[in-house]
Amino acid sequence: MTLEASAVSKTFGKHKALDDVSVTIREGELVALLGPSGGGKTTLLRVLAGLESPDAGQVRLRGQEVTRSGPHARGVGFVFQHYALFREMTVFENVAFGLRVKPRGERPSEAVIQKRVHELLALVQLEGLAGRHPDQLSGGQRQRVALARALAVEPKILLLDEPFGALDAKVRKELRGWLRRLHDELHVTTVLVTHDQEEAFEIADRVLVIHEGRIHQDGTPDALLTRPASPFVADFVSESAIVHGTVRGSGVIALDEVASLEAPVGARVALKKVHIGR
Amino acid sequence: MSVGAATRARLASPRLPGFGVSLGVTLAVVGSLVIVPLLALVVVVARAPSAHVWDVLSADRTLAAYGLSFGAAALAALLSTPLGLGIAWTLVRYELPARRLWDALVDLPFAMPTAVSGIALTQLWGPSGAFGRWLAPLGLEVAFTRAGVVLALIFVSLPFVVRTVQPVIESFPRETEEAAASLGADRLTTFRRVILPALRPALVSGATLGFARAIGEYGSVVFIAGNVPFRTEIAPLLVLVRLEEYDYAGAAAVATGMLVASAAILVILSRRGALRHG
Repeated sequence: MTLEASAVSKTFGKHKALDDVSVTIREGELVALLGPSGGGKTTLLRVLAGLESPDAGQVRLRGQEVTRSGPHARGVGFVFQHYALFREMTVFENVAFGLRVKPRGERPSEAVIQKRVHELLALVQLEGLAGRHPDQLSGGQRQRVALARALAVEPKILLLDEPFGALDAKVRKELRGWLRRLHDELHVTTVLVTHDQEEAFEIADRVLVIHEGRIHQDGTPDALLTRPASPFVADFVSESAIVHGTVRGSGVIALDEVASLEAPVGARVALKKVHIGR
Repeated sequence: MSVGAATRARLASPRLPGFGVSLGVTLAVVGSLVIVPLLALVVVVARAPSAHVWDVLSADRTLAAYGLSFGAAALAALLSTPLGLGIAWTLVRYELPARRLWDALVDLPFAMPTAVSGIALTQLWGPSGAFGRWLAPLGLEVAFTRAGVVLALIFVSLPFVVRTVQPVIESFPRETEEAAASLGADRLTTFRRVILPALRPALVSGATLGFARAIGEYGSVVFIAGNVPFRTEIAPLLVLVRLEEYDYAGAAAVATGMLVASAAILVILSRRGALRHG
């Protein structure tokens, strides 16, 4: 299920959110759009979803142009940063919503809806909470409901906008690993927006670094770390750590041992700035 | 949820600074403006011969006036609710030309002397008025009928619905609507199943306020109603009629009856509203 955006531009007032951007998302991939806030990654995701229409450029799904069609027509499931759950409905009804609003001919029977919703709630590990309302859940639970709700209509592509951005660090880390395992299980093509490079590197197969409406680099987490394409990427993705050392002789710097730097043996380290003092 | 509980706990805390002062001010204002006058009313009724009070209250003319006042107010509130929702929705969601002007116009019934609006309505809907002229050949009359009473009450209750619902529509998150669209719901389904349930509490309280206002409305009604006893005479007018006959006890009895009935209805409505949220 290839999803393609070609030469897409989008301007809000005077702000150029996307400037001639082209991306291809391939079947079964988990891609992260990474960049600082305001860089255009959410706009790109919304254009891919059909929630925003670009000023210029095209969006194609499996080669067919879908630039002007809405998210449902594209078979896209969307998960919002602030969950966007239906507050007046129970968890069960939230998840069932997409099935219940299907046109009469395609709508599954009540028994099928019951079964499907319970399967999804089991998948997101919220089986016991079907009768609760969203405001009785924690942030992490709400986001899992939102994910189950999006998965209920069996989207061909799952788009997630900063899905863990509103959660605290510990929950974020848990959900991250869980999302990766879910992806490995379901193989739904997934695009995730994040400003957290650790998050992008931990779960994505491929990372697109977006800044000021342009794609700065498109590569595997490994490629980004070892071969950053621009100073911006290098600065944005690299872990920063201060390593002290002593000049031993001409061209030789002996570094002190650093216990806190988490890097596998054999990893290459790039020195970006060297401050020389006594 | 925990935030709500924390806020409540803080508000209930006796150590809240200024609690004594604010309680004192509240009691003084409510006491002098509301409780004392109403108490005086009840005292007048209590001192009057009970047979006379009973005669006034059980008179057919009084019962007819009560029926009209409460019935027309209820009908006006019911009709104002969809109308007010439509106006509020239009004001919030569409880029109307001169939107601020339209917005300000909604408040006009609050500010205009009710007698002025009553006379204007009578002129428009009377047999030779701009609207009434077209209805007369069809055998329809508005002015000097119960329909005229309902019309005048819609005029005064409508702004309450608009002003209660408008902020809720404004703060309704766009993402929630986008979520519904991404799950395949069309605009109508989204409105009916997602937006309307969220607006329901505001609609109920707007209708309740409009109803309360309409029960006591006098100025705009007396011109258009024609004030025929048993047919188009509202209860507040009957109070005035009794006063002009120097029957103070009778006037107080009619007023007290309205008071008790209104209080009972408002308590029931607000309890039902509270239960839905409980």
